[in-house]
Amino acid sequence: MTAPAVTAPGNPDGHAGPHPAPPSRLRRELRAVHALVHRDLLRLSLQRTHTALMLIQPVLYLFILGGGLAALIPTAALGVGYQLYLFPGMLMMTVQSPAIMVGIRLITDKQTGYLRELLMAPVSRATLLLGNCAGGTVVATVQGAVLLALAGAVGLPYDPLLLALLLTGMILASFTITALALALAVSLGRAELFHMLLGLVMMPLLFLSGGFFPLDNLPDWARGLAALNPLAYGVDLLRRSISLSVPHEATTVGIEWFGHQPPLLLEAGVLLTAGVLALLYATRRFSRPE
Amino acid sequence: MQPHAGADAPERAPLPTSATAPEGARPEARGPYAISTRGLVKSYPGPDGGVTPAVHGLDLDVHQGETFAFLGPNGAGKSTTISLLCALARPTAGTATVAGVDVLTHPGQVRRQVGMLFQHSALDMELTVQQNLRVHARLYGMSRRDAHRRTTETLDAIGLGDRRRAPVRTLSGGMRRRLELARGLLHEPRVLFLDEPTTGLDPHARAQVWDYLRQLRERQGTTLFITTHYLDEAENCDRLAIIDGGRLVAQGPPAALKAAIGNDRVVLRTHDDPAADRVVRRAAPPGTLTTPGPDGISLRLPDGSSWIPRLCAALAAEGIPVRAASATPPTLDDVFFHHTGRSIHTAGPKAAGEGL
Repeated sequence: MTAPAVTAPGNPDGHAGPHPAPPSRLRRELRAVHALVHRDLLRLSLQRTHTALMLIQPVLYLFILGGGLAALIPTAALGVGYQLYLFPGMLMMTVQSPAIMVGIRLITDKQTGYLRELLMAPVSRATLLLGNCAGGTVVATVQGAVLLALAGAVGLPYDPLLLALLLTGMILASFTITALALALAVSLGRAELFHMLLGLVMMPLLFLSGGFFPLDNLPDWARGLAALNPLAYGVDLLRRSISLSVPHEATTVGIEWFGHQPPLLLEAGVLLTAGVLALLYATRRFSRPE
Repeated sequence: MQPHAGADAPERAPLPTSATAPEGARPEARGPYAISTRGLVKSYPGPDGGVTPAVHGLDLDVHQGETFAFLGPNGAGKSTTISLLCALARPTAGTATVAGVDVLTHPGQVRRQVGMLFQHSALDMELTVQQNLRVHARLYGMSRRDAHRRTTETLDAIGLGDRRRAPVRTLSGGMRRRLELARGLLHEPRVLFLDEPTTGLDPHARAQVWDYLRQLRERQGTTLFITTHYLDEAENCDRLAIIDGGRLVAQGPPAALKAAIGNDRVVLRTHDDPAADRVVRRAAPPGTLTTPGPDGISLRLPDGSSWIPRLCAALAAEGIPVRAASATPPTLDDVFFHHTGRSIHTAGPKAAGEGL
């Protein structure tokens, strides 16, 4: 009664008559996911100042740090100008903070009591987590897309294929980062702990992402850590997307597994798998009955 | 109305692939009760390695359409009971049906039929009044159109129609409470749970909430399950149950509970209480206990006010004038005292694990 009813033509939805047939289970769960994504988008549009502030940091890095260092770093060292080199990293930086914020929201919802309202909803807890994850992915991608609009300023062409590739990469990275943040939120349960941990690991994660400087000059142990860094995979995906569609913009090698660069699709697959596993783990922890 | 019996069965399964219901999963036919529990127990692991029962063998019956009060001091197990009835927590033992549906086997179906007003506010402060309600409607699987219609209807009914675009954080405490009430009713539940609905509200806001609850009951026949430690609120309800230390100590209509402990309290004040005491004991029915107190002599008599003239006449005949006399029918506090040996206002949370 669940899956087939949704695709069946003429399925009675709540649009006809005062007493329509009750919607199918799958449709109800999807509506709940939509409710949570909608809530995140509403908050995004209501907190304009907050959103603008979150965007300022990567823009400052891009034009002040990037502009300042561009003169010092010869194009030959990176294959491209430093600002263009910095761009994928800044896209990832823009995407990661709202994605993580939505993860933290699970904890703040618990503290404000709103989580009880969510748990009372007649949907499975997996649906609630999926909704949170989808919300984080959408909000992060929207913010990333705003920065993507500046592509021309660092010398990238507004090529539809390139923009589509970069957007896909950001969606994938946003999903995985949100899922990881949710898994962490479900296991930690306390906002202070979460913020402490984040303060501790955020800087190393950003530096080991390959967003600011190439990873191949780092010692082996640091490169090993980078191969475990989800942000590094995100940056690598975006950087390689750029070099795919703008072939003369040769870039440096990013992540390496045992000295070899993995294929682009395999990197994407690893990122996606990490996200799915994190979401499954979070769902399992979250669904434990009281 | 009754969805497929299997709709909720795979609630805890990872994927909703098993659409066929196992035999025997069909919910029981709806009885005359909106809520019915038998031997409901909820224990939590205690600090010393043992178990702490929060709810201890509850047998509760709430009729459809009635307003039912759940009265008890803080820590008596009221909120735990609500969590069990809404399928937010799993009982350690016992059974419960809400709106005719088994809470253990069909939690999702139960939640579709119940609304909830939490003890502590559970609104999204950043969103507007209207947005809070729309998100709720979609969480409960309503179509966009129904969500829009019900949001407008409930906001107008609760008197917040002109504040629909206001962010929730700008509302007063009373308005927030009313908004939560509107939200709890948005999906037209058959049973509405209200956990301390008026705690922390000023008298005016309290009265508004109760006015609305009365209207709701008259117009829609919604069953209301209200936990409270306000005696006057419990007095307003059709029936009430008194819970103490996780156990039900009494259940019935307020008048019947008060009648069961019997008589009015009559208090007489004179200038010579010991002498008056002897006279009163002779005039009152044999076996009546009199207790001297700072306010005078008090005694319990059926239909106390009709006894006052007779007692006064008897005292006047002995030359003892009565300065003041009063007859008070038993209060719910008397009922509570009768069953627990404590006043509800002085009763703190009972020591954990007292029943073991």
